[in-house]
Amino acid sequence: MTTISYPTFIRRPNEYVSGIWGWLTTVDHKKIGTMYGVTAFLWFLVGGIEALLIRLQLARPEGTILSPEVYNQVFTMHGTTMIFLVVMPLSAAFFNWIVPLQIGARDVAFPRLNAFSFWAFLFGGILLNLSWLTGDAPNAGWFAYAPNTEPQFNPRNGVTYWILGLQILGIASLAAGFNFLTTIINMRAPGMSFMKMPVFIWMTAVVNVLIVLAFPIITVALIQLQFDRLYGTHFFNPTMGGDPVMWQHMFWLFGHPEVYILILPAMGIVSEVLPTFSRKPIYGYSFIVFSGIAIGFLGWFVWSHHMFTVGLGPAANAAFSVSTMAIAIPTGVKIFNWIGTLWGGSIKINTALLFSVAFIGMFVIGGLSGVTHASPPSDAQQQDTYYVVAHFHYVLFGGSLLGLWSGVYYWWPKFTGRFLNEKIGLWHFGIVFFAFNLTFFPMHWLGLDGMPRRVATYPEGMGWDISNLVSTIGSLMLGVGVLVFLYNVVYSNLRMPKTASNDPWDGRTLEWSIPSPPPHYNFDVIPDVKYRDDFWYTKYPELAHNTHGGGSDLESQEDHDGDHADIHMPDPSYYPLFLGLGLAVMLGGFIPFTGHWVVCAVGLIIFIWSFLGWSYEPVNG
Amino acid sequence: MSNVATTEDHYTSTGVDNRKLMMWIFLGSDCLFFGAFISTYLVYRNRSLAGPYPNEILDIPITTVSTFVLLMSSLAMVMGLSYVQQGRQVLGRYWTLATALLGMVFLGFQVYEFSHFAHIGLTPRTNIFGTTFFTMTGFHGAHVTFGVLWLLIFAYSRLAISFKNKMLIVASFISVVVAMAGLMMTETLDVIPHMPFSIAMAVTAIGLIGTITSLYLLKSPDTQPEIVSKEEGNLELAGLYWHFVDIVWIVIFTVVYLVSAKDGAPLL
Repeated sequence: MTTISYPTFIRRPNEYVSGIWGWLTTVDHKKIGTMYGVTAFLWFLVGGIEALLIRLQLARPEGTILSPEVYNQVFTMHGTTMIFLVVMPLSAAFFNWIVPLQIGARDVAFPRLNAFSFWAFLFGGILLNLSWLTGDAPNAGWFAYAPNTEPQFNPRNGVTYWILGLQILGIASLAAGFNFLTTIINMRAPGMSFMKMPVFIWMTAVVNVLIVLAFPIITVALIQLQFDRLYGTHFFNPTMGGDPVMWQHMFWLFGHPEVYILILPAMGIVSEVLPTFSRKPIYGYSFIVFSGIAIGFLGWFVWSHHMFTVGLGPAANAAFSVSTMAIAIPTGVKIFNWIGTLWGGSIKINTALLFSVAFIGMFVIGGLSGVTHASPPSDAQQQDTYYVVAHFHYVLFGGSLLGLWSGVYYWWPKFTGRFLNEKIGLWHFGIVFFAFNLTFFPMHWLGLDGMPRRVATYPEGMGWDISNLVSTIGSLMLGVGVLVFLYNVVYSNLRMPKTASNDPWDGRTLEWSIPSPPPHYNFDVIPDVKYRDDFWYTKYPELAHNTHGGGSDLESQEDHDGDHADIHMPDPSYYPLFLGLGLAVMLGGFIPFTGHWVVCAVGLIIFIWSFLGWSYEPVNG
Repeated sequence: MSNVATTEDHYTSTGVDNRKLMMWIFLGSDCLFFGAFISTYLVYRNRSLAGPYPNEILDIPITTVSTFVLLMSSLAMVMGLSYVQQGRQVLGRYWTLATALLGMVFLGFQVYEFSHFAHIGLTPRTNIFGTTFFTMTGFHGAHVTFGVLWLLIFAYSRLAISFKNKMLIVASFISVVVAMAGLMMTETLDVIPHMPFSIAMAVTAIGLIGTITSLYLLKSPDTQPEIVSKEEGNLELAGLYWHFVDIVWIVIFTVVYLVSAKDGAPLL
């Protein structure tokens, strides 16, 4: 290999580069996962501040903190940030950290592509938020309905920032989707057939199938909107034969699978936490896996339930109503499976388990209010009211975020070698759980009482004052809860000793068979998997049923200690960073400010340079 | 060995190469990309409020020719991959080059079509037909362009060993452009006044002869490459992509030129 000369652009850094360059050039899935998590948490603080501004504005009638124009920008950016910059990348952080560890791989299939996904996500988020500096943030809501986004109604650049920012985030998600699907299909340890994969891996696979199939649709929709806004086409312009409802179809054809992209990772996490702390296998593994697949599949046939009030006609409304209600079946199966997992288990109550149990409860509430939207007549009452806001915060905050927090407490010892403090953790859980319900439960009443969403203020005497005030108080407490979590993280890093053993929770899956934190090559010896929950039966071979036979081969771990010099991991690379930067600068250059084509050209040059460099980069060892 | 392998061994759970698996997943994703554009086109059929309408402007015979060229490029792609896999690198690269050149001819037809439409008054701004037609076929053309670059880089990577060969490759590119220019002249008589048809045909012929000659003169190295399997893998990926893009064109050709060719003004 060494005899072949490659054209090199910059020298590839070697494996042991450390410090800031170690992070900027890393292709290690664990470091990338950490960067995803930290970045997403910072965006979470930004989105949280935006949420608090909204609640402060609405605390009393005739609020004057935000002007209506700024209010539009704040709620648009709150929604966009929380979906694309917080929940999706937080899920990606878990995919990165956990997928290779649970399937017994040393890294993902395409490590540099993985790093590129992260950098594109980071720069896309920055481009989106740069719009604040122009005083002209996106203001059309997270679903950006045409014709409100058409140039004649929204001539300033805010929506263009939104389009191009989302385009970059979409490319990042697609690259990650290709990568994780390939990893899960192709990089499983020998013996780990599909039906022996942990449930989290299954849910990750379903999510990435959804990403791979749903994001091209929003890509096209964004291209069409961009062409309408910048180049005078007529996709959504009714005066020239276009149709604004087309945007709604395109958006929700993406947008509904997107909500399963947001919730299924949390469902996967909960399906790992509950068996561990109940000391039982997951109840009805096949059912929980197939219902996850069914949710992902049915999710493609329900998009028009977001459009019941558009007037698609009774036939379409009835069909989409039925398909929407059908989704409650696999979801209900999952709920019963989780309860069945807890039932009769020797339950160990701690913060991770509490978050998972709270997830089940809150998700049931959000799911039930969702079923009420599935009926077109009742939906006509609820459309565009705070009832909808209550619903999706119960599934996205009460569902996704509580599930993700459960995962944080569960895997933190694996990530860092330290535990998060249990006492602070219980405070964190208690405050967040109470404040969450205080914030969002009154919104059900507000919505049924007729308060519309996306209004900058409301008059006195509508009977909405107390509920709004309670909700605002709850949201401030929620902010305190998040700060308690932040304190816990800092406390853990400064005060908690590095005491986590390989297997602090007596876990079931492969990530617990290796040290905490794992070495950069993960596994000394790639495990040979014989069973579902293989690690558990290795520890307790007497629990394996007759059909399971004996334990498997993890004992050889010790023999190979210190013998890992022959494990070749991919070298770090500069190109993912530059490719992501080039992409963001190039697409950012489409925003029509003075001299924007120069910016675009610079981005193109960076992009081509890093693309060629990437292609010709020599491979180590 | 490969740029993207993570570990020294090449074990995969399914036995399929990682990059090949990812290419299939990407193509699945790309189906929805084109599916969205094609659906938009179909939804907006017969909804243009101003001309030119499809029945006034679409030229089925000339697009049939360009479609034939693109389909033949798929044949060339199959030949190229087959020879490379047999270890006959030289022939493999000729056919790869031929694939790329046929792709360029297809793109030339598209350039001609776009400029011709613009000339007689159909742009993306004119009406909803123009809006949907140009974006759909334009993004398909962008895919073909990317494929051409990929194939050229592959073909060039081993043929460009001497100055003479590099010049011949450049000459072959230029000849294709000349041939395309000739073809465009035959159709744009009103753009270039008094351009006799015979001259246009002569330019076309010169371009074609130049292409064939420069390719014939290209001498290839006798040395066998050290790493064949990676090259095979790369060409196989490019081939998957290329056939996919061709299939998409068959759908677009059917939808635009066959199904909606008679669409006129909307029946109000």
